[in-house]
Amino acid sequence: MRVLVVGASGAIARKLVARLGQRGHAVVGIDRRPWPDAPVEFHEVDVRKRAAEEVFRRSRAHAVVHMATVTSLAVPGEERHRINLGGTRAVFEHSRAYGVEHCVFVGRHTFYGAGPDVPLFHTEDEPPQELARFPELADLVAADLYAANALWRTPGLVTTVLRVCYTLGPTGDGTLARFLRGKHVPLVLGFDPLFQFMHEDDLVTALTSTVEARPRGVFNVAGPQPLPLSRVIRQVGRVPVPLPEFVLSPLLGRLGLPRLPAGAVAHVKYPVVVDARPFRQQTGFEPAYDELATLRSFAETFPAAGAS
Amino acid sequence: MPVGAGRLERYIAGMRIHATVEDALDRLEIPFDALGVDPYGASKRHLAVALTAMAALYRAYFSVETRGIANVPARGRAMLVGNHSGGIAIDAAMVVVSCLLEMDPPRLAQGMAERFISRVPFLSEWAVRAGQLPGLPEHAERLLEDERLLMVFPEGARGTAKLFSERHSLVEFGTGFMRLALKTRSPIVPLAVLGGGEAFPTVVNAYKIGRWLGLPYLPIVAYGVPLPLPAKIEIEYGAPMRFEGTGNEDDEIVHRHVDEVRGAIARMLAAGVHRRRGDAQTGGAD
Repeated sequence: MRVLVVGASGAIARKLVARLGQRGHAVVGIDRRPWPDAPVEFHEVDVRKRAAEEVFRRSRAHAVVHMATVTSLAVPGEERHRINLGGTRAVFEHSRAYGVEHCVFVGRHTFYGAGPDVPLFHTEDEPPQELARFPELADLVAADLYAANALWRTPGLVTTVLRVCYTLGPTGDGTLARFLRGKHVPLVLGFDPLFQFMHEDDLVTALTSTVEARPRGVFNVAGPQPLPLSRVIRQVGRVPVPLPEFVLSPLLGRLGLPRLPAGAVAHVKYPVVVDARPFRQQTGFEPAYDELATLRSFAETFPAAGAS
Repeated sequence: MPVGAGRLERYIAGMRIHATVEDALDRLEIPFDALGVDPYGASKRHLAVALTAMAALYRAYFSVETRGIANVPARGRAMLVGNHSGGIAIDAAMVVVSCLLEMDPPRLAQGMAERFISRVPFLSEWAVRAGQLPGLPEHAERLLEDERLLMVFPEGARGTAKLFSERHSLVEFGTGFMRLALKTRSPIVPLAVLGGGEAFPTVVNAYKIGRWLGLPYLPIVAYGVPLPLPAKIEIEYGAPMRFEGTGNEDDEIVHRHVDEVRGAIARMLAAGVHRRRGDAQTGGAD
């Protein structure tokens, strides 16, 4: 199969490109970030630009995996919005225009939002909640919903929308990995939410199975069972620092604590946990790493002492 | 581990009951992972601390007497449906302990905590670690489908708000539990708790101050300090009740089923009150 990976320079996307290649697929990569010595055909271009459309036209890909969304809250809001929504729109329009059969949108489980009245184990039919408290998530939610729209807008294009839990692993890439980088990791005093995470190699497996099994619809993707955040922090050799919320909020981004927007505090206070059974049933995906092996894999590459 | 757990654990470790609780926790048929955490966030370590404290109250303070524990299914989904009494939910804690200590193999009764709890620091954390999830219908349904033992008090906060004089009465039951039982085809085990009202004799509820503190209400007792008295508590489990349906029935039908359960609880309560008034020797027949 010919597979076009959008956002191919990302740490996990590179692993996906390699895995797809191993499994005999022909891969083409697009990213506005450079990838020197890319092992496959690679185009350094923004997916929203004219030249990207050319890549779609010429590559005649059977499947497109869209991983070019930005979650980093360090990117200013408007720019993120343009990348996440504008980029997703371009991916789906080009896919339809140039005969792509299957389009995969890789979204985040934070779509569902975190809050005191939010249930554990979200199912795919639930709407996003708590957007009011965390407007920074709005662009990702909008991109997810836009991608899901393709299910009825372009019925001829098989669309898979994935809502993936946090990933951890040796690349140290991702929201949770960045949150766990420092020696001291803040907690909201008196709150210890369940955190759901999977090994990045398992995500690569899940994405590969998605490309091969072509499940149509919206699916949560997760690996092993969730763990309380304090256990996650201790297992990777970090020191949890429980701070009252009114102390924590103004301190974020200072004193070596991770930078988070105000709304993100809810994501440290309340759990976002998804039910990923339908995805497993449809694709046969099984994670190779359990929760402890996943944490170990991250901790081995990023021991606490050497972290900044 | 959360703040304070270590010290509390050491303090309680001296008590013999700790070993009994730990042994029961080891025999729970719940998929705890290598760290002793289950998929819903219940933690063996926290359960050991919380349930040791509660088991000490169960044995020594309230001298709880449990009848009909054989009515609780040993395995598979089931709903424990009971009455509330006593301004704070001691009754729920005692039911949890009775299923842990009196059943073989032991089971973890999982309640649906009042929603305000999930906003309260520490309390929310400990509730979840002890297997008591926020009271959302999604949680109840999922636990049942996972073949867990669900504990429901359909009177809700209005039930714990009963005054001392109302302690043997039942307020209106919600219907959500019955629709859930029908939908998930779960047997209902009616249960009656007696003595919660004596243990926590609410004179009046301060609703305004309660709201101010983020609570549904603040129960006031005559002796001032809001701690329970060592009154004898009795828990009686009735024969399991099964209802056929889908959960989408008309209100009338659901209300009729609810009344059956409510009636079963009311009968156990009335018999219990009679027993307590009559003579103490005839008790403990179970």
